[in-house]
Amino acid sequence: MYKYDSYDQTIVDTRVEEFREQVARRMAGELSEDQFKPLRLMNGLYLQLHAYMLRVAIPYGTLDGRQMRMLAHIARTYDKGYGHFTTRQNIQYNWIELADTPDILAELATVEMHAIQTSGNCIRNISSDQFAGAAADEITDPRPWAELLRQWSTFHPEFSYLPRKFKICVIAADEDRAAMRLHDIGIQLTRNEAGEIGAAIYVGGGMGRTPMVSPLIKDFVPIDDLLSYVEAALRVYNRYGRRDNIYKARIKILIHEIGADSYRQQVEEEWAHVKTLGLDPPRAEFDRITAMFAPPAFDADAHDTIDRGDPDFALWVDQNVARHKQAGYAIATISLKAIGGIPGDATAEQIDLMADLAERYSFDELRVTHAQNIVLPHVRKADLYPLWQALDGAGLATANLDLISDIIACPGLDYCSLANARSIPLAQKIANRFASLERQRDLGELKLKISGCINACGHHHAGHIGILGVDKRGAENYQLLLGGSGAEDASLGKITGPGFDEDGVVDAIERTVETYRAVRTDGERFLDTYRRVGMEPFKEAIYG
Amino acid sequence: MGDPLRYRDDAPHEEPAVTLDAFLGQTNATAVRLESDEDARALLPHLDRLALIEVAFPTFRDGRGYSAGRILREAGYAGELRAAGDVLVDQIWPMRRCGYDSFAPDKPLDPAAVARALDRYAAVYQQAADGRAPVWALRHG
Amino acid sequence: MKIATGNDLATGDVIWWDGEGWSRHVEDSADVGETGTALIAREEAARHVNGPYVIDATETPHGPRPAHITDRIRARGPTVRLDLNVAPADAGSGSWVI
Repeated sequence: MYKYDSYDQTIVDTRVEEFREQVARRMAGELSEDQFKPLRLMNGLYLQLHAYMLRVAIPYGTLDGRQMRMLAHIARTYDKGYGHFTTRQNIQYNWIELADTPDILAELATVEMHAIQTSGNCIRNISSDQFAGAAADEITDPRPWAELLRQWSTFHPEFSYLPRKFKICVIAADEDRAAMRLHDIGIQLTRNEAGEIGAAIYVGGGMGRTPMVSPLIKDFVPIDDLLSYVEAALRVYNRYGRRDNIYKARIKILIHEIGADSYRQQVEEEWAHVKTLGLDPPRAEFDRITAMFAPPAFDADAHDTIDRGDPDFALWVDQNVARHKQAGYAIATISLKAIGGIPGDATAEQIDLMADLAERYSFDELRVTHAQNIVLPHVRKADLYPLWQALDGAGLATANLDLISDIIACPGLDYCSLANARSIPLAQKIANRFASLERQRDLGELKLKISGCINACGHHHAGHIGILGVDKRGAENYQLLLGGSGAEDASLGKITGPGFDEDGVVDAIERTVETYRAVRTDGERFLDTYRRVGMEPFKEAIYG
Repeated sequence: MGDPLRYRDDAPHEEPAVTLDAFLGQTNATAVRLESDEDARALLPHLDRLALIEVAFPTFRDGRGYSAGRILREAGYAGELRAAGDVLVDQIWPMRRCGYDSFAPDKPLDPAAVARALDRYAAVYQQAADGRAPVWALRHG
Repeated sequence: MKIATGNDLATGDVIWWDGEGWSRHVEDSADVGETGTALIAREEAARHVNGPYVIDATETPHGPRPAHITDRIRARGPTVRLDLNVAPADAGSGSWVI
């Protein structure tokens, strides 16, 4: 993985001191809250329901054991002993004090971490495929490209005051494991006819109030031109994105209003100009970064079989372990979705344990997924059993990856000042209702996603089953959506009809999945059945 | 209105800045003010006539002026480029990087704080309009 | 009644105007009547509170109860972490919030 050189380290250290001074000015009254807010947001610091909330960046979801231990230390020392892994592969802490934040950032900087641009109207964390570098189906590891974009976007002087936030995702496989089509810019690495690798660029995806799947804007950009092209794409947005209405300020709205063709043409014109400026780094820089993502020293003789003797272990292997490109190895997903637990939350002790396990079993590397789980990307098949035993002892071995209890849920009204309804208690009720693993496996792949408000941080538009919390005359109410997908078959969920209270929506989900079971054909996932039969049978079962 | 800050050696331009419409209609104006929703490229055919371009930042959140500044410098404009309006000390650095060499903030700025802000970052990741070599250039000579 | 709330600037703690200063306990809330807007402006300018606002509340035997669930959750803590509840000994806390 990427390692800072002295330039990277100096930049992060400088930012810490700059923010320390900004906090001092705020505390002394030299900055009003209105003036301070964009500055603290650019360092990932929100003012939330109970306290300040700090969102620490985990670039493209990749980190090592040392960094995980620092995250545990922050939770223990400055927070209330836990952290929350997010749908953008970051971690957030809910009980932070403003006065402590400069020290927290200073500690993070000692392990090459920061909270830069995890909020605010700027370019956010570059996200990527949690199986990068391990998956058999990728054409190359997308993360060097993500790292190049990370550096380019950090403190970009032209793009620090955009109309709205900007999210970029990079993947390198046809299977989209990172919801690439639902980002402001989504990049899929592909090969051209000459076999060279380049980027297909999608622009204008996103969720929130007006969800959209991004259209393809450019089918091939070589690596040498990537940054100048993205620069041109951002410049058009910065100049023409709406500034009159924050609900219409994302690039998806601009593209929707002027059309993909017009946007594409404006970017081409801008790019023709920007390309002459020489702001693309030399190939040597890309090669320097790529070298840090070389595969680990795999054992070519590693045993390629798994002893499935323990039935509980076998269930976990079936559900949570994916194929690795290297014989003898596997990709293991650690579920942060224990039945009745809080989706995405981990205690400091669990985070420390995952650090240890990564060092011992995964070449000291972990990934955070946008579904709020943790991946150990490079595990010997022979080590899966002791790994599972260790996870099981810590409540981290729930065998539910992509099953109905593997719920994506935003923090909701329990934590978030933007929320209309609580999402976590609902996730707990649903998980408890479907606690039986046998029942879950029978239902198969069923991605359920809950957002506590229209900002859609829980990605409910992209759920096979999605739930949106709303405020109905002062009471919490929940709308049910069906048929969304954040994969390469991206689609947006449709509302079933009138909303429900908390118990009502759990019953509605029960009727929904029973309808699926009644009409499904052999091997059909819930999403496939819905797409085949449409909304009507479900609507009838739900509303009678 | 705070004191203007200026990072140029030449004498300040005396002529008042006219609106873009007025400038495009006149042949003798040498200073123009661009509002945040006006297109900097409208000035590109006339850069040799201009000694001062003032770009408005009505609220510090409106970042369009950063693109306007770079566009003008990229086109070879060498005159005074002024950021006017809701300019706080925290925006001076990115504005300088985008080519601004003078500032007319609505509220006075602490000169010591400005000096610290401009001197703070030894390294930058991107090429912009200030001529600083980005980190990748330093890495690869 | 109308009460005023916000966050402590340095710590982020949820605080409530008690008539003389800012308390961390909603039970101490004072009725600000029509003076709320001026009061919170003055207090924010003095940096005694961050992001203050005035809300409706009902008088109850246990003290003022904010009208909106969001502020009741602010008063007590996340409903899914009762161990972090501001008033952990209060068995009636759950129904008070929801």
